[in-house]
Amino acid sequence: MRGKGAAQAMKQVLLRIEENVPLAREIWRMRLRGDVSGAERPGQFVNLKLEGCFLRRPISVFDREGDRLTLIYRTVGEGTRKMSSMKPGETIDCLTGLGNGYDLSRAGDHPLLLGGGVGVPPLYWLGKELRARGKEVSAVLGFNSREDVFAEEDFRNIGCQVTVTTADGSYGRKGFVTDALPEGTSYFYACGPEPMLRAVDRTAVTDGEFSLEERMGCGFGACMGCSCRTKDGYKRICREGPVLRKGEIQWEK
Amino acid sequence: MGEVRTADPRLRVNLCGVDMDNPVIPASGTFGYGYEFAELYDINILGTFSFKGTTREPRFGNPTPRIAECPAGMINAVGLQNPGVERVIGEELPKLKEIFHKPVMANVSGFSVAEYAETCALLDREPQVGWLEVNISCPNVHGGGMSFGTDPAQAAAVTRAVKAVTTKPVILKLSPNVTDIAGMARACEEAGADGISLINTLQGMRIDLRTRKPVLANVMGGVSGPCVFPVALRMVWQVCRAVRIPVIGMGGITRAEDVLEMMMAGAAAVEVGAANLTDPLACRKIIEELPRVMDRYGIKNLAELKQ
Repeated sequence: MRGKGAAQAMKQVLLRIEENVPLAREIWRMRLRGDVSGAERPGQFVNLKLEGCFLRRPISVFDREGDRLTLIYRTVGEGTRKMSSMKPGETIDCLTGLGNGYDLSRAGDHPLLLGGGVGVPPLYWLGKELRARGKEVSAVLGFNSREDVFAEEDFRNIGCQVTVTTADGSYGRKGFVTDALPEGTSYFYACGPEPMLRAVDRTAVTDGEFSLEERMGCGFGACMGCSCRTKDGYKRICREGPVLRKGEIQWEK
Repeated sequence: MGEVRTADPRLRVNLCGVDMDNPVIPASGTFGYGYEFAELYDINILGTFSFKGTTREPRFGNPTPRIAECPAGMINAVGLQNPGVERVIGEELPKLKEIFHKPVMANVSGFSVAEYAETCALLDREPQVGWLEVNISCPNVHGGGMSFGTDPAQAAAVTRAVKAVTTKPVILKLSPNVTDIAGMARACEEAGADGISLINTLQGMRIDLRTRKPVLANVMGGVSGPCVFPVALRMVWQVCRAVRIPVIGMGGITRAEDVLEMMMAGAAAVEVGAANLTDPLACRKIIEELPRVMDRYGIKNLAELKQ
């Protein structure tokens, strides 16, 4: 259990904001620049120290390119609202290289990305890496409504077969991501709200993996604030996760 | 990483007969077994650290969410998640020996007097253990922990039972959730405690405005962070005037100035908790800043602060 953790090493860095713009309802994109070498793999996250907030805010990485890191986040509470008020030129104290990340070796020839709402962002960097390995990638991106949709073009631009669903049918296909699962895929990578992940767990016909979310204290394995039970014992979502294999997770209740 | 530092003699302190390079001790539950922090700095610069609270049996702890935030602090309801004393001795301590070469503080919790004694006796035999810190103050477990820390007679019973089966200094970690903290400390001292550490977290809670329900699955948790510092300092002051045994001050320490305040209140050493979680380099920064801040206030060495 600790073996996986030993390979990773977090870094504490100061990153400069290059851009911070709204993309959709309550959804913002922040581009950061600096030593982002700690962010090694898709599916990892960063933990941001924001002025006036005691705890850091864990945010998944949308993309990393050279010395640039892109985050897409939802303004759900005080911290992320504060984050959306930050301006280009300001710096953020950032812990990078957190979490295990996705296992690309299991993708097969036709991997499927399943994202729900603010669970979509980490799948973009993953999709890019899978495309770079010559995989045929399908992506089903689920949102509540038309004004919540983002990143559709980004996934198309890297050559993914994209299907967008909205719960109210105001854009794309009406329904949930599980109503639009394509056939013939080899493996899935899912990130989204827990009810969606449970539904994927029930309906997906292939093996796959989930990236999970939890309130965290530290984000790097020290406080045991985000532990979950798995078939292989207890795991810290921030450390042995956030990506867990299908069949490994024991959903509560 | 791996830097060899010459300890500054001005920072030396003694805790229950054991010399330490400096008084800075990461608090139990905020430092795991040190591995994560060792990725960022050489943890041998620390005075020591108090490892994750250990019980006789493995514990998963409370359901999540276990963490909430508050102004200048946080609330946790982890509930003593730990692999149990057997695995701590069999797996964690041998791994720890690779990265930490000083005596470590073993933090122990329990649900009965006998369980405290049994767990402490096992850890007492480990050469790496320098002190036993007996947590009679965890607010997040039911039928144990804090109930021993709110009744002086029970606190004394735990102290006596642990002292009877151990050889190393025994430090009782007290709960602030009492009306007479000095009385609790005196009860432990009279029962044979070698030291006192305080404060554990203060009970608190938050409610989520959207769901109208408590944020923590456990409803209540323990408040820590800078918001509790004045309360902690007051209690450390009171306890230092009530007992003769050494006192470790903790509660909301984030910087060198806080360490000095705690030591001016009478603490022999300090523990740093929540600060490690928001800034993993917090303890290193505090140790590095101490000499400069001491200069500013004309303090030649930390030992002189002890009245």
